[in-house]
Amino acid sequence: MMSDQNKSKSGWRLDDPALLRGLTQARLSRRGFLEAGALGLGAMALPPAAFAASAMPAKLDPKWQAYWDKQKPTKELVFANWPYYIDTDDKTGKHASLEQFTKDTGIDIKYLEVIQDNAAFYAKIAPVLKAGQSIGNDIIVITNGWQLTELMMQDFLTQLWQEKLPNFFKNASPSVINPAYDPGNKYTVTWQSGLTGIAYNPKMTGREITSFDDLWDPKFAGHVGMMSDLTELGSAALLKLGIKPVHSTPDDWAKAAAILEDQKNKGIVRQYYDQGYIKALENGDTWISQAWSGDIFQAHAKGFTDLKFVVPKEGAMLWHDNMMIPKGAANPLSALTWMNYYYTPEMAGLIEDYDNYICPVPSAQDYILKQLKDPDVANSPLVFPTKEMYAKANDFYVFSSYDQNKKWSDTFSPITQA
Amino acid sequence: MSATAQITTHASFLRRIGLAWVLLGVYTALFLIYTLVPIAVMIAFSFNNSPNGRVSLKWLGFTTRWYHNAFVVQDLTVAMWHSLLVATVAMVVSVTLATPMALALARYRFKAKAVTDVVIFADIAAPAVVVGASLLSLFLTLNLPRGLFTIFIAHIAFDIAFAVVVIRARVSVLDRALDRAAADLGATPWVAFWTVTFPLILPGIIGAGLLAFALSIDDLIITSFVAGQTLTFPLWVYGAVKTGIPPQVFVLSTFIFAGGVLIALLNSGVAHRNQR
Amino acid sequence: MPYLLSLPSWLYLAVFFVVPLVAMLSMSLATGNPLVGYAVTWHFVEFAKAVDQYWLQIVRSFWYGGLATFLTLVLTYPVAYWIAFHGGRHKGSILFLILLPFFVSFVIRTLAWQFLLSDQGLILGTLKSWGLLPQSTYLLSTSTAVIGGLVYNSVAYYVLPLYVALEKIDRRVVRAAGDLYASPASAFWRVVLPLSAPGIFAGFLLVFVTNVGDFVNAAVLGGPGTSMIGNIIQYNFFNAQDYPMAATLSSILMFLLIIAIYFYARVFGTESIQDYAA
Repeated sequence: MMSDQNKSKSGWRLDDPALLRGLTQARLSRRGFLEAGALGLGAMALPPAAFAASAMPAKLDPKWQAYWDKQKPTKELVFANWPYYIDTDDKTGKHASLEQFTKDTGIDIKYLEVIQDNAAFYAKIAPVLKAGQSIGNDIIVITNGWQLTELMMQDFLTQLWQEKLPNFFKNASPSVINPAYDPGNKYTVTWQSGLTGIAYNPKMTGREITSFDDLWDPKFAGHVGMMSDLTELGSAALLKLGIKPVHSTPDDWAKAAAILEDQKNKGIVRQYYDQGYIKALENGDTWISQAWSGDIFQAHAKGFTDLKFVVPKEGAMLWHDNMMIPKGAANPLSALTWMNYYYTPEMAGLIEDYDNYICPVPSAQDYILKQLKDPDVANSPLVFPTKEMYAKANDFYVFSSYDQNKKWSDTFSPITQA
Repeated sequence: MSATAQITTHASFLRRIGLAWVLLGVYTALFLIYTLVPIAVMIAFSFNNSPNGRVSLKWLGFTTRWYHNAFVVQDLTVAMWHSLLVATVAMVVSVTLATPMALALARYRFKAKAVTDVVIFADIAAPAVVVGASLLSLFLTLNLPRGLFTIFIAHIAFDIAFAVVVIRARVSVLDRALDRAAADLGATPWVAFWTVTFPLILPGIIGAGLLAFALSIDDLIITSFVAGQTLTFPLWVYGAVKTGIPPQVFVLSTFIFAGGVLIALLNSGVAHRNQR
Repeated sequence: MPYLLSLPSWLYLAVFFVVPLVAMLSMSLATGNPLVGYAVTWHFVEFAKAVDQYWLQIVRSFWYGGLATFLTLVLTYPVAYWIAFHGGRHKGSILFLILLPFFVSFVIRTLAWQFLLSDQGLILGTLKSWGLLPQSTYLLSTSTAVIGGLVYNSVAYYVLPLYVALEKIDRRVVRAAGDLYASPASAFWRVVLPLSAPGIFAGFLLVFVTNVGDFVNAAVLGGPGTSMIGNIIQYNFFNAQDYPMAATLSSILMFLLIIAIYFYARVFGTESIQDYAA
């Protein structure tokens, strides 16, 4: 199995079309959760106008302009993504959004759910790209993190022809425009974002959870779950120390590693989990754990309604899964067409209603509310975060070299590698 | 010892053996239950009425609807088909290649024997990550597109070693005298092999084949490197387990399991009485 | 003659195993990173450094692997014995039934065990409610769970070689032992067991080697302080992207395993030595 890396793509993906048709049970449990998750996070989401995008497409440098000028439009697109990350009909397995795209543009999409883990996927495609060959995909989705930085450093990606992406600049949320990991959106546009916070079972913990300090509480010894992903693990410790990960220094990392070591030595940590942390929470083996917001959603739908998700007072990590075009893509113009097509309230809204991650298109909220008539998703701050939430959201540290990544890894790997 | 005493000793020996057989039989049954327990869980939860098309290990009611929609998840069904195909081909080819080598290693002393042993052994011991990555590099250098064909190649490569070990264990307990007798009776080595040796090592060959099949159908790491865009069952399931596997995974696996049980029952019913 | 027999396999393995593997392992003598590239620098001292850094995981892997292999042998020998001697025409079927769970993906088997072994699950929960176990006992995230997982996933691979060797043993030899006044136990220890040695050895080879290098069980079922060398190699390969270290550790692992096998063959094998040593 697996070593995993940054993200679980389990969203609160209720890819059940019954939802669209107003299935009550799933709705009710989801509403309860969405509201509970909103506790302490302030009021309802602010109207989209408050987040108006204010960026402009940049001009390509001549080398890339020459590349794009040579491309001819094609009728195909090979889109590689994580599992359960797009609207899917339960009975037929079809994707309404993709079919609509084909109808509107005449481009046939081959949709492959072949990405399970950033590091493993990177290890698979890097040798191919290094040999100058095509990996066979036109769009891939990678989380912001070391692998994404590497893809850019190794020159494995195609720069985006931003003039073909007007919708992105018109409709995207500010949190995904000009991100630290991809200044100017030269290579990527976000597909979905997500939060890493704390999940717990109030029946087992006996009280409400509000802070990272709770993960270090000796009362929960042997029943605390932490993540094995070193980026998540280290960032949580940094937040506990009151340090913003994106501005941290190697000295900070050493301090964070020290408190993690302490947590381990006191026998507080039950296990360092990959996505399996959710099973441990469901089974009651752990009572409190680092968690990705979407997993708890899904657990609810599966019948584990006791679990709650909370953004700790020190803050939560906000990560982004991004679409990008690898070098050697056979249908790059089609890729741009899809990216532009996605950044509309209608398309993002349709897909968001199934994904239930953080939507990169704030105006989709209105669409989901009015057209899809799904107030639970539309009004949930976990899908359309408030300004207060964004204030509490933190980005991962962006490594600028192999040595830096190695330093972080070497600092934190002794914790999980025992 | 008197004749009576001899008979009594012999009888008590047989009686004690009789008891031992019963106990062992019970033990074997318990052992079978132990190996089958997770399967029982899987079959039980394939009937679970879990919502949203994902497996839930919390019982939510009985339903057979996943069986009605067993082949709805297209990618999964195709992946399963690929796995069965690869495992079968790998099984046949690896056993065919391994048998002569097992014979050579078990019966002869030759200069390259030590090296061969090390290679076979290395094939079993090499970490999957290293083997997978090295094969990917090879395929890239040879400009071989990654897909079913490269998966075949990779699986045969590791299956050969396991097959050699199993078949060799069988060959090394054979009585060489039988081969010599065949030669004395004028059989050429080829004829001697097919009429004498082969039937005797057949259990070993079948055992090696089953082992190769099991290894192939469950391989994850090596396959993930060399598969390109092709999916096999373990790859698909491993990918989905992080977000939630659809109940069809349990359903299809139950089908495979049921098919296997059927084959076993048929084999029992029809088998020759091969008493020893 | 033996060269002719081994040729097909040799050719296949030379091209699709030996060459790529040696290329990969030569990374252990290289330095660099994925961006800058690698140059073979013959730094043998890296091997010493790797052992120094990870000796705990190496020792632990051999300990877990050895223990799991021994337990698997003890668990499966009686079964292989019964099937071989007493299975009659059901031999093949029962053997097949034992293997069958292993055609179902490892992922599913582990999911099921996690479900069964959870703190308040079917097994522990029931025992706890009967007062047979203290409430705070847990199995998952411990070394016991890791070894249990290793054993469970190895039984099929030990049963086969054992059966294959046992099945060939002539019953008359065993009866002869009885005729010579041996007790059943004695007949077993001094006749059957030694005759099945090649099977025990073959199974040991398959099971011990794969167990020591395993990483899945430790990752899923283990807790803090259970990491095996396989996990370290995985980590170095995928996450740290330290290919030289991954190659170094793989070389060390394979080398130590060869020594362990040789040692085993010397101590326990009789005919085996002739078969498996130079």
